[in-house]
This record gives sequence, structure tokens and C-alpha cells, in this order.
Amino acid sequence: MNETQGTPPSTRPDPRHVVVVGGGMVAQRFVEALRARDDAGAWRVTVFAEEPRKPYDRVGLTRYFEVRDAEELTLGDPALWDDPLVDLHRDCAVASIDRAAQTVTDRLGRVHAYDELVLATGSSAAMPPIDGNDLPGVFVYRTIDDVAALRGWVESKREAGRVETRGGVVERPVRGAVVGGGLLGLEAAGALKALGAQATVIQFGTHLMDVQIDLGGGHALKRLINDKGISVRTDTATKAIRPHRRTGHVGRMDFADGGRLDVDVVVMATGVRPRDELARAAGLEVGERGGAVVDLTCRTADAHVWAIGEVACIEGRCLGLVAPGNTMAEVVADRLLGGEATFPGADTATKLKLSGVDVASFGDAHGRTEKSVEIVWADPLRGVYSKLVMADDARTLLGGVFVGDAGPYASLRPMLGAELPGDPSAFLLPEGAVGAPTLELPDDANVCSCNNVSAGTIRGAVTEHDCTDVAGVKACTRAGTTCGACLPLVTKLTKTELAKAGVEVSNALCEHFELSRAQLFDAVRVADLHTFSEIIARFGRVPDGASDAGRGCDICKPTVASILASLGNGHILAGEQATLQDTNDHMLANMQKDGTYSVVPRMPGGEVTPEGLIVVGQVAKDFGLYTKITGGQRIDMFGARVEQLPEIWRRLVDAGFESGHAYGKSLRTVKSCVGSTWCRYGVQDSVGMAVELELRYRGLRSPHKLKLGVSGCARECAEARGKDVGVIATDQGWNVYVGGNGGQTPKHAQLLAENLSSAELLRTVDRFLMLYIRTADRLQRTAPWVEEYEGGLEAIRQVVIEDSLGIGADLDAAMAQHVEGYEDEWKAVLDDPEKLARFGSFVNAPTTPDPALAYVPERGQKRPATADEVASGTADPDLVSALTSPVLVAGPTLEVRA
Amino acid sequence: MTALTPSPTATTLVDGPGWTAVCPLGALAPERGAAALVTGSDGEELQVALFRLLDGTVCAVQQLDPYSGANVMSRGIVGTRGGTPTVASPVYKQVFELHTGRCLDAAGKEPRAGLAGDLASYPVVVSGGVVHVGIG
Repeated sequence: MNETQGTPPSTRPDPRHVVVVGGGMVAQRFVEALRARDDAGAWRVTVFAEEPRKPYDRVGLTRYFEVRDAEELTLGDPALWDDPLVDLHRDCAVASIDRAAQTVTDRLGRVHAYDELVLATGSSAAMPPIDGNDLPGVFVYRTIDDVAALRGWVESKREAGRVETRGGVVERPVRGAVVGGGLLGLEAAGALKALGAQATVIQFGTHLMDVQIDLGGGHALKRLINDKGISVRTDTATKAIRPHRRTGHVGRMDFADGGRLDVDVVVMATGVRPRDELARAAGLEVGERGGAVVDLTCRTADAHVWAIGEVACIEGRCLGLVAPGNTMAEVVADRLLGGEATFPGADTATKLKLSGVDVASFGDAHGRTEKSVEIVWADPLRGVYSKLVMADDARTLLGGVFVGDAGPYASLRPMLGAELPGDPSAFLLPEGAVGAPTLELPDDANVCSCNNVSAGTIRGAVTEHDCTDVAGVKACTRAGTTCGACLPLVTKLTKTELAKAGVEVSNALCEHFELSRAQLFDAVRVADLHTFSEIIARFGRVPDGASDAGRGCDICKPTVASILASLGNGHILAGEQATLQDTNDHMLANMQKDGTYSVVPRMPGGEVTPEGLIVVGQVAKDFGLYTKITGGQRIDMFGARVEQLPEIWRRLVDAGFESGHAYGKSLRTVKSCVGSTWCRYGVQDSVGMAVELELRYRGLRSPHKLKLGVSGCARECAEARGKDVGVIATDQGWNVYVGGNGGQTPKHAQLLAENLSSAELLRTVDRFLMLYIRTADRLQRTAPWVEEYEGGLEAIRQVVIEDSLGIGADLDAAMAQHVEGYEDEWKAVLDDPEKLARFGSFVNAPTTPDPALAYVPERGQKRPATADEVASGTADPDLVSALTSPVLVAGPTLEVRA
Repeated sequence: MTALTPSPTATTLVDGPGWTAVCPLGALAPERGAAALVTGSDGEELQVALFRLLDGTVCAVQQLDPYSGANVMSRGIVGTRGGTPTVASPVYKQVFELHTGRCLDAAGKEPRAGLAGDLASYPVVVSGGVVHVGIG
């Protein structure tokens, strides 16, 4: 910049200022949309949030009981709030608006000027005018703080209900009631159950979710909710809530019909009211039932004030769903940047996420359109009720209700207003009864209602933006990134479009096999092959001009080795199998950076005797090994040379230890907390179960490593939900979660089944693991496998729990074969001179250590010397050993400590 | 020529200087490597990785893995790339041609400072059932 010219450093004007009042989901969406599109930086945004946290996923509030981590509910990319053009004031509600001065005053009295103002204050939970609605123990269900308070109350009531008797501790169950049988009420009832409380839903109307579904669906839903252990009273008005005589807390509910219910906690879920008090105070027009009145551009009568989300009264009503709120956020972001977007009308489709109960509705669910026709399929035995509402032409889809099986929802909802091909009833029949016609969605069909993404946009991501997989399409369009209900459809559209575009999605393992791992697994199993030579001769790819497929590589050989091991082909070093193994499996130890190995004996469930600890310590001392406790609750000994491995293992096996398979793509450990045998809070014997699981699955080869965990109570001290299979004790049995992992992309495991007996648990885990082993990709852990499995976790649940594919007995038999055929790999090596012969350091000097190994002491143990340390040490070994500084370089056989 | 099959003239060749008898052929398992300690003509001790292929051919390359600095090449997986016999480093999975030592796939890494990216390869003769390596 030439300073003599006297021009300002930048000619760009200061950005204009938009103030957002409210820090909920819709506010987050608005900021995200504005920053994504405002390339020029024309706007800076200030958000005033009443809650002390970043915007979070209120739709996923029930999940908070499972994850217990507010961070997990955070929406979108957290980096958004680090953007220099974005300012988030948390715990800082706006107190008033001065429209004439274009300023807002926050609760601390600070005044902020705005160019444009966006109201996104949302709603508050409605409190029905019932006597006693202010008693301690009455809650609403709206924010993380509400949920946390509810949890604390239930836990304190449980403690209070714990009575010690001579026969042991007796717990009186905590009795809960939810007033309101809508979407939110059912979620709250599910949350009470998750907290271990009893739950009764009190519904004023004739049936549950009466806004969204019809009476028939309501009856089916009530049965399913009852099956979850939740009671339901319909046609019931609550007259008063009475205090407990002694505590003054909620004690009893009195109903208009004379009925009564003893309670320890009450959740009010009777609806929401728009938070329009600021708008009223600022003189803005509000709707008949509240809400700041806006036009289709989401602008109020004041040209500089907008309203979005639940506080906006648009087309004469407030909308209590996130999808239309997000659409409004997009409209205002577009308008501020000079666009012409208008609100296209609300999509009021809903899907209940109460675990295990599917409820979905869309369009005209009640058949209120004149001359509409209803097609109903009900199967009370399976607990399924489905209904399509069609126009009088019997072809045009007007709406639908699905209870018990929301399978058809994802593909039918986007067809709203379009003609269905073929007989509509075909879409309602159970899958497989009659093949439903294939749906070719119109481009304008809305696939992802949370993010307002059409089928055309998804197709365009493939055809115009060169996305080649579902992950790419999700990143490009945001489809499926909020609630995930549309993911099966997004996947299907993406795959169809890729196929049309002639993009070949190669599943080939490597240059030697065109099959994917899962295909190869099936091929090997069905063809009953047992050696790599047979397999590559039969299924290998022969390149043009070559006479055979070659001899494999470092990708396909370990894959085939793993498949053969999973199918039970004896010891992994038997015959030709030995040539397929990666060095870790070949040496039955984990190679470290200097070419030595680490040794990990199995300690099932993390349990070890003092005698065992002494043996491990003595072995490490005698062989000069560095020792460290692993993350999987056992002990790792580092620095063992090839030729030392058999001697080390002879000592360990003699002391009763066996291979820990730390080197294998196989079961590693089953981590456990100490459980009910010692812990004051444990409700089941978690160590016993962990030991049983570890002994059952030890040595099981799989597409990637497997880690399991068992916690003895809901406090989850074993961190089981960070495992591929996590088991958490309940007072009625075991809950099993699947698909978790730590590492680079941590994932919490998701609930697969609840309150299983020990036998049911074993069978469930048996089938889950075997299904994973048969169908996962090479090096694919369970989390991405679950995500990519067609139909996701729900489909896996059906295969594992309900045996929907009819392969349950086959999976059980395969696991039984594994359990029966298990032998300790190390003991088998020690008993076989031929296998033992592999453990020489040099073929012409089998006991001579690698002369290049060098170590230095650190914190009382040894570690490999760095290249520089080696260079300085070998340059003048006498000098280095004479001086104690800077480093002592020791050869491989030198004891570190005397 | 780095790998020779047994031939009548081999006996005379391997009796000369620069050749070391390492082990019987039977001590090498097909399609797996083995390390050997060999003393060069300069008196330096050298670590060599020997690989016996399915057809009985034996290849020899340096045991030092240039990408990790560890003496481990004999413990890699033997295979083929486009029909050419290869070994993959057990540490960071670089792929090398067994006959020439040439690196076919560096797996996105650089060799350690001062080390060449390709492996040195050595001639091998199997004579009278004994494997000889020429490092002269």
C-alpha cells in the first residue's frame, strides 16, 4: 500500500450488523446459513442466547439421558462461533427493543445497535392452570436444564425410596406422570423410563398424539407404549396436584373422573406458547394465539425486524416444529443478502423418536380433505397400523400415518401431492408380501425436511458436484445431517444416480480380487475353500495377458487370513495360512518402531491375581521389558525381541496366562467396572459378565479390532458406550449398545436392546458380531458398518433380535463353532517345534540379537534410542558409557537397571 | 542378475570370494522371509532379508527398512504387483520389488535421513541345496 496517497487501507465498508434474539436451533441455522453465503462479509451477526450454552439439538433432548453430555447435542460445526463476524452472548437474554432507535438492551443493561433484527425467541412450555402446578416435583420438558433438573429429582427420590432391610436393600420405584400425550409427552415418558422411574401418560384427548394421527393409529400406539412399560390414561382431565403430607412435594394427582394417582414427579407436556413478550412490548402485531406476525418473507410490519421459528406467526399460525423454522431461517438469510426467497409453506410431517416405537405422519393424516379416501392396513399382532390418505382419484397421495413400522414413511412422504404408481395398498403391506412398485421421486420432492433438501438437489450433488458417495452428498447438500430419518432414501438416490452416471463404485479389495471383503467372505464360505491358493485360483482377478492372478499382496492376504480364521480353519500359523499373516499375527505380538515386539497376556475383564501380577513383573524384569498399563485394563510389555518371544510366553503360559490377541484384528478386551460384587452402586456383576464375554469371544477374528465393555450400573464407569459392544446393567438385566469407538472419530454406541437376561445378551451379541464379521468391509469398525448397513441400526436390530432374515440359527451355530474350537494360539506354538522354529532372529544365527537395537533409560525404564542418540553412541561407545551424560546408549542385551 | 536357479556351474562360482553360504534351502519357508547375518569383504556385518518364492527362487535384499530405520524387511508380506514378486514393509507398508529392491509404492512417506528409498539387492545362488548370498 502506498501511504502517500492518503486513501483508507480498505475501501470495503464496515459490515452491517444483524442482531439475533434467541440462541436455539433456528438461530443457529440462521447464522450458519448467513455465514455460508455471505462471501463478501457484508454482515456481522450478534446472537443473544438466554441459555448458558451454544445452540443445541432440542429435538434430541431425550438423548441427553443416554449421552449425559450436553456437548453431544451441540449443533453443527462448533467453529461457526469462532468466526470473527459472529458474536455469541450466552446467558444474556435481551430485555427490550427500541425500534425507533434500532437498538436492543440486554439483561445487563448494555445497549446494542442493529441494522436488522431477527426474533428467534422460540417458545416456552405451557403450564396448564391446574391447582398445584407449582409444587416441588412438577417439571416442564424444554431445555437441557429442565432435563437435568428432572434427572436430579428422580435420582434424589430414588435415594429417598431406598430402604435397608434385613433381607438387603429394597428400592421403592419412583412414580412419575406426564400430563400430555403428544409428541413431547411421549418423549418425556420415555425419558422417565430411561431414568428408571415408572411413567403414566395422562392424555386429555381420545388418543395419544391426536394432532398427528387418527384414532386407529392412536390405539396401535397405545399398545406399543404399554409394551414399553408406560401406562396410558386417555380421556382424562387433571383436576389438581396435591402435595405429600410430610414432604410438601408432589404426592398425588386428582382427576376429573374421580380417579387418583400417587406420584413422586410430574412432567407437564401440554404444549408450547410462543415467546412473543419482546415483540408485544415493542408494539409489533401478534397473532390471535400469540407469535409475532410476519409475511411470507418472515418480515414483520417493521421493515428492519424479522421473526423466525416458533415465535413467528406465519400464515396465521405458529409452527412448533424445527423443519419450518429452519426454512424461515434460510429465507431471512437469503433476503438479507438481496435474495427473493419466500416461505414455501410448512411441512408438518413428524416422526417420533421414542426408542423402539415408530410413529410417523405427514400431510392430511386425518383425512379432512373433501372426498378423500383412506386405505388402512392394521396388524394388531405385530403392533402395526398404517394408513394412506388418497385424493378421490385413488392415486394422488394426500397424507399418511404409520405406527409400529415407519418403514414406508421415508419413501412415501416425499411423494406428498404426487401420484403413486400402481395400487396404493401395495405400499402398506409388510415388506416381502407384495413387491411395492419402485418409486421414482420427482425432482421437487422434499427428501430431507429438516434441511429442506429435494430429490433434485441430491441428484445434482452426484451429477453436477461430482459427489461419489453418501458422505459426499451429505456434506454437499446437508441432507440427512440433522435427524437422519431420510438417510436410507438419500443413500438409495445417491446409488441410483451414481449407477445412472456410469460411475462404477468399485468394491474391489485390491488388484488381485474384484470382490469386496463381504462378497469374498460369502464366496469362501459357500464354496467351502480353505487355502489362499484355492481362493485366488477360484476368485482372483487374472489381468489381461497374464496366466494367473498372481500371489496376492499385503491387502488381500491378511484379509483372506482373517476370513479363513473367522470360518474356523485351525491355527493361524498352520500350513499356508502362515504366509498370509501380517507380522503381528505371524509373531503373535505387536511390532514396535524398532522392530521389537510388545507382549500382552489376556486378563479377562481386567481381573488379575496378585500371583499373576508377580509373574508378569518378574518376566518383564528378567527380560528387561518396558511395562505400561493399556487402555484395555491389562499390561503391555515392550521391547521383546523375536527370539525372546517363545521363552517369555513359556513362562507366561506356565503361570496360566494365554494370548491376549493384542496383535490381531480380533477381540481385544472386555473392559469392566468392579460391579455389584464390591461397588455400593452396582446392580449386576459386571466383572463376571465381562469375563464371560471375553472368554467367549477371545480369538474371534473380525474385519477390524473389537473392543467390548460392561458397566455394572448406569454410572457407566467402564465407558462401555465407547466400545463396539457396550453392556450396561439395569436392575432388570442388561442393556446392550453397539457401534461405539474411541480413536480419531469417536462414536457413542447406540442402544440395540434393553433389559436382556444374561442368556439373551449372549445370543444378541453372538449374532451382532457374526453379522458384522460376515458383512463388514476390510478394516471397517462397527460404527461405520452400522451406519452403512442397509437400513441402519433398525435393520440390524431386526436381523439380530427378530431374525428377519432367517439366518439367526446359522449365526448362532457359527459362533458356537468358534467358542468350541478356541485354543490358545501361544500354547499351540509352544507345543509345535515347527511353528517355534519361526521365532529365530537370523536363519544362520537364531539366538543372536539384532545388533542394531539400542536403548536409553527414561523414568526408570528403557526406551528405544533415537537416531541421533545411536549416532553419538556408536561414534565413541567408550566415551558415552564413561560419561553418564548426555545419554547412555545400551545394547539390546544390556540390563537397564542392576 | 540377482536370483539364480541351481545350475551345474554355480558350485564353482560360489566357492570364490564375496559369497557366503547362509543356510539350507529347506530352512526358508516359501513366501515368507528370513533374516541372515552376513560378513562383507570389508569385515562389516550386514543384515540381509532372504525370500524363497513358490518356484524355489530365492531373493535377497537389505534387512534395513529405509522408511522406519528398523531391521525388519524379512518380516513383510510377500506378494505380487502386476505379476512381479514384492515385499511390503511390516512397519509403514511401502512395497518393494524383490528382484531389484526398487520401491514401487512409498505409501506417501519419505525415507529416513541418509537412507536411499530403494532397497539394496544381492545375488543369490542355491548350490547343493545351500543358499549363498553374494555381497562382495
